[in-house]
Amino acid sequence: MTDGTTMSYREAIRQALREAMNEDPRVFLMGEDVGHYGGCYGVSKGLLSEFGDERIRDTPLSESGFVGAGVGAALGGMRPIVEVMTVNFSLLALDQIVNNAATIRHMSGGQFNVPLVIRMASGAGRQLAAQHSHSLECWYAHVPGLKVLAPATVADARFMLKMALDDPDPVVIFEHVMLYNNEEPIPTPDRCPPMEQAFVRREGSDLTLITYGGSLPKVLAAAEELSHAGISAEVLDLRSLRPLDTDAIVRSVSKTHRALTVDEGWRTGSLAGEISAIIMEQAFWELDAPVGRVCSQEVPIPYPKHLEDAALPQRGEIVQSAKQIMGAV
Amino acid sequence: MAPANDKPHLKPHVRRSHLLQLLHGMIRIRRFEEKCAELYTLEKIRGFLHLYIGEEAIAVGCNEALAKDDALICTYREHGHALARGVSMTAVMAEMYGKLNGCSRGRGGSMHLFDAETRFYGGNAIVAGGLPLAVGLALADKLQNRKRVTACFFGEGAVAEGEFHESLNLAALWQLPVLFVCENNLYAMGTALKISESEQDIHQKAAGYNIKSEAVDGMNVVEVVQAAQRACDSIRADGLPRFLECRTYRFRAHSMFDSQLYRDKAEVESWQQKGPIVQLVQWLRDYHQLSDDELRSLERQVELELSEAVAAAERGEFEPVDNLTADVYTPSASGGAA
Repeated sequence: MTDGTTMSYREAIRQALREAMNEDPRVFLMGEDVGHYGGCYGVSKGLLSEFGDERIRDTPLSESGFVGAGVGAALGGMRPIVEVMTVNFSLLALDQIVNNAATIRHMSGGQFNVPLVIRMASGAGRQLAAQHSHSLECWYAHVPGLKVLAPATVADARFMLKMALDDPDPVVIFEHVMLYNNEEPIPTPDRCPPMEQAFVRREGSDLTLITYGGSLPKVLAAAEELSHAGISAEVLDLRSLRPLDTDAIVRSVSKTHRALTVDEGWRTGSLAGEISAIIMEQAFWELDAPVGRVCSQEVPIPYPKHLEDAALPQRGEIVQSAKQIMGAV
Repeated sequence: MAPANDKPHLKPHVRRSHLLQLLHGMIRIRRFEEKCAELYTLEKIRGFLHLYIGEEAIAVGCNEALAKDDALICTYREHGHALARGVSMTAVMAEMYGKLNGCSRGRGGSMHLFDAETRFYGGNAIVAGGLPLAVGLALADKLQNRKRVTACFFGEGAVAEGEFHESLNLAALWQLPVLFVCENNLYAMGTALKISESEQDIHQKAAGYNIKSEAVDGMNVVEVVQAAQRACDSIRADGLPRFLECRTYRFRAHSMFDSQLYRDKAEVESWQQKGPIVQLVQWLRDYHQLSDDELRSLERQVELELSEAVAAAERGEFEPVDNLTADVYTPSASGGAA
């Protein structure tokens, strides 16, 4: 059921921001170029004139400073949304995210919590080379105390922000740069599952393709191609990378008995590796074939298009790997 | 007895009762930490233990200028600040023991004292890591139209960190009510200021961010009280940040693992002679304001409080292992953690 509106992923986040600002005076957005520039990826365009510079707050280029200020403002009773331009820049704020946001609740014996939302762009595909293109979601998903979301659809872009804001603990949201222009009809909010649940985007019976974020469109295209070869692939969108919805993973694999994870992170130490281990631990006797992984090649993401494409999971490789698991090649 | 936090503003003249109260505050911290060192050798306290001995005048002095609803952000050398703020000695000692009756339920230990009741936002063990938090707390106050001060304590070692510069810039740019207090004890662990900073007059750095600053003798508690009061009065009047550099010295090792190869014993001794407690006691005696009996009675009072704190820490229970992962996340409405 849709509410009849079609919008882009970018507009969906903007609408979610607008709604959050209107509903709760404690909510404010801060980050580099979120105000006058309109957001590096245009997400917050127009919000400055709507809400003013106190609530749409341009920051200096001080990632650690303003992310830490977000942690402090959350401790002080606000509901800050901090935008970090890209995941690569968030490394400059890793201290505040890992040492403060993630620890304070537990370390203080539960006295203080940090209701902070951090949004950042991630992923490759725009020829932005090796310092603007990485997928480091699994670094954050490694950290207890954080929750990590990867909205892959316009609907999730529209409704996950509110769920993150309603959560009393720090939530990191990854927006894949190749999704911003995607357009889809918006469902009604009640059609959007809770943020910590994975969701089956396509039903299938032969194998489960597990993915998240920017890889979802490629995986759905691969599933379609596989269907023409007589292979029925189920597509499971993780949506939440921490906590992982292990029940949904086990449930789907127990139905299809085969699994392939598609993850834009590097293979070594990847989320795909974690998922493979979960399946081995919890669904080993359900498996009819070894679990497969399609990940990025182990290189810094290069600039030229042909090399960037070669470094990332692509539909052809996903189809090929799925066929191998099916014993069809 | 813990000192109250809602004190009237200090009069320009110095009252004897106030000086005795300051002396009591400093002796409480000193004796508490001496006891901690002893308990460390007995392995009652483990992990890192960073003693504040020699620097007590700063925590005690600055706290005089803070109101009950102001906030504090401190470093891993924060026992003194917690005690001065009014976190009970029992709760701090039990935290050192890692017990459930500690101020952080034993989860944090010496470096991570927290107390919501007194708005004590921790013990932060990443050098300069607390400064952005102070900026955020002050931003929250400003956005919610609350007239409060956030006091942020850090050592001179933090000045070399990017977060120091980012935070001063943000506080000044956004006009936030933060009191930055640099406790300059001349050594970042074992690295002397003279081999780590191009500009060693720390308080000058604040000028680069248009923040009014002042340097005071951090060994003189009266000077610290007055400077902190001036700074807080100014923050409350115009909402702008202020910077206070307190020049001080750490008498003990950086932590219990430090053999102090980087400084001379003679240097330590020369500073000890002008220590904050010795100095105040001497001054009071010179003016016949402190009898031996009064000092003894003050010491006895502290001793009593301390022995009760140690007894309570000894009696305290450890957190059941079943609670290990409790409070990693806020429990959901249904009662289960994520």
